[in-house]
Amino acid sequence: MRTPLVLAMAAAAILVLPMVAPPYHVTLMLPFMAYGVVLLGLNLLFGYTGLVSFGHALFIGIGAYTGAVLTTRLGVRHMELILPAAALAAALVAAPVGALCVRYVKIYFGMLTLAFGMVFYTFLLKFYRLTGGDEGMRMLRPSLLGSEWAGFNKTAYLVGPYYYFSVAVLALATFLMWRIVSSPFGLCLKTIRDNPLKAESLGVSVPRYRWYAFMISAVYAAVGGALLAPPTGNVDPTLAYWTHSGNVVFMVLLGGFSSFFGPLVGAFAFIFLQDTVMSVFPYWRLTFGAVLAFIVICAPGGLMGLFARRRPVEIPRA
Amino acid sequence: MILEARDLRKRYGAFLALDGVSLSVREGEFVSIIGPNGAGKSTLINLLTGVLPPSEGHVRFKGRDIGGIGPVALARLGMARSFQLVQIFPGLTVLETLQAAVVSRLGRGTRLFASLRGDRQVQAEAIEVAALFGLADRAHTEARALPQGDKKLLDVASAFTLRPEIILLDEPTSGVSTADKHMVMKILVGAARQIGLRAIIQVEHDMDIVFAYSHRIIALHQGRVLADAAPAVIRADARVVDMVIGRRAPC
Repeated sequence: MRTPLVLAMAAAAILVLPMVAPPYHVTLMLPFMAYGVVLLGLNLLFGYTGLVSFGHALFIGIGAYTGAVLTTRLGVRHMELILPAAALAAALVAAPVGALCVRYVKIYFGMLTLAFGMVFYTFLLKFYRLTGGDEGMRMLRPSLLGSEWAGFNKTAYLVGPYYYFSVAVLALATFLMWRIVSSPFGLCLKTIRDNPLKAESLGVSVPRYRWYAFMISAVYAAVGGALLAPPTGNVDPTLAYWTHSGNVVFMVLLGGFSSFFGPLVGAFAFIFLQDTVMSVFPYWRLTFGAVLAFIVICAPGGLMGLFARRRPVEIPRA
Repeated sequence: MILEARDLRKRYGAFLALDGVSLSVREGEFVSIIGPNGAGKSTLINLLTGVLPPSEGHVRFKGRDIGGIGPVALARLGMARSFQLVQIFPGLTVLETLQAAVVSRLGRGTRLFASLRGDRQVQAEAIEVAALFGLADRAHTEARALPQGDKKLLDVASAFTLRPEIILLDEPTSGVSTADKHMVMKILVGAARQIGLRAIIQVEHDMDIVFAYSHRIIALHQGRVLADAAPAVIRADARVVDMVIGRRAPC
């Protein structure tokens, strides 16, 4: 099997990177790992359940703001507490939002999730006292494993302890998601993705399972969102803006939604592509638009689809 | 009496699709429902499987009213169905499709972190059903890649995997080549015996199949029961032959 070998090499590269690469590239890996967690969750909904959410920035925002509120307002600095708190906050919001959204499919589901995302964005923007409005809030440096890492300057903290903490979170999130998609629950989600009518006739309650998948993906998005904030030290409403939701969907498409590791590849490619294109070309959105068009038309399986010799992905046409 | 319908009426606006249909299905029976297009067969199926509630009358399964209860609750009660247009999970293999049915029947769908591969009962039952339906050689083939006849078998096999007490087959041989029709039916009837199914109801257009396998035939015409009798009686009924079966009835 090639997969375990590739995986072991990727893991080894990630672990030794801070020792060999310049800090700039190491810090670029931080958003990759944060988005990696977000995308694992998003793909449970997208690739495994067949629902495309255009409002996942809502949960990324919830995660990031949970961290900011805890560190600046409530004096809670432990990342080990911030992550579960972010997950809990997302679950509390996702429960009613998801219950409503999963009654709809396709574009209606996408638009409804987008609408809820925009509601939260407006909330962040308008409730200055609580959220800092368009300036956002500071995210203070969280403590890791009980230590403040006081002797480390910001870069040393990020490329050292925070980097490895992120690796551990991503590894755990990947392992748990792998268990989820390989479980009886994961199989039920795939039946819903492929044919909801048939799934129901086999006794699989379609709305209930979609709701579970929505909740799990929201929790993942919030944990990823909470990981995203410390490197920038600031959270602002654009985290919850709909274009951010679009970006994460783009990352999933870029990597390939029909493969388990596709979203991780997509997050990695997106971060480094964005960095490269932005440094040489001012119109990076133009390039990304072209890439997106190319993927949808020529490589619907994304990057993973290009590498792996798998069945072609069927994209619905009118 | 396993399944009983009394005085079913179903209106769609001003149109009366079913007009006082009563029928019953007993232990061990294979009952076929026949009728020309527009006779109300599809509506009747939707009422018998709890997809739609009747406008009047009631449907009882094992003594319980199942009007409009929906497919998930119906599957739990012990009634399974297959569809006229073959329904499969294109991206899942034969084995995965059957495993999904076992998982659903055992109520293990919410086991979030359990290993599907490590669940021996699910694995064994899925393999058993695949063998029963002659699909063992293609256990690892994706459903989309199966020939049409095998897709149909898989649709029915997954319904059987629920170990229902009664199964409702909506045109089990539609879309299957004439040469394969009897093969499909033989596998199906054999499997029904193996899993101890208490009754089979089918809606079928192919009169060869209807007369070869049914214990009883119910002929529908314009939303009413035209006849409800053994195949030999139906064949001798001039009105049914004329209105439902057509002149080329098999001898």
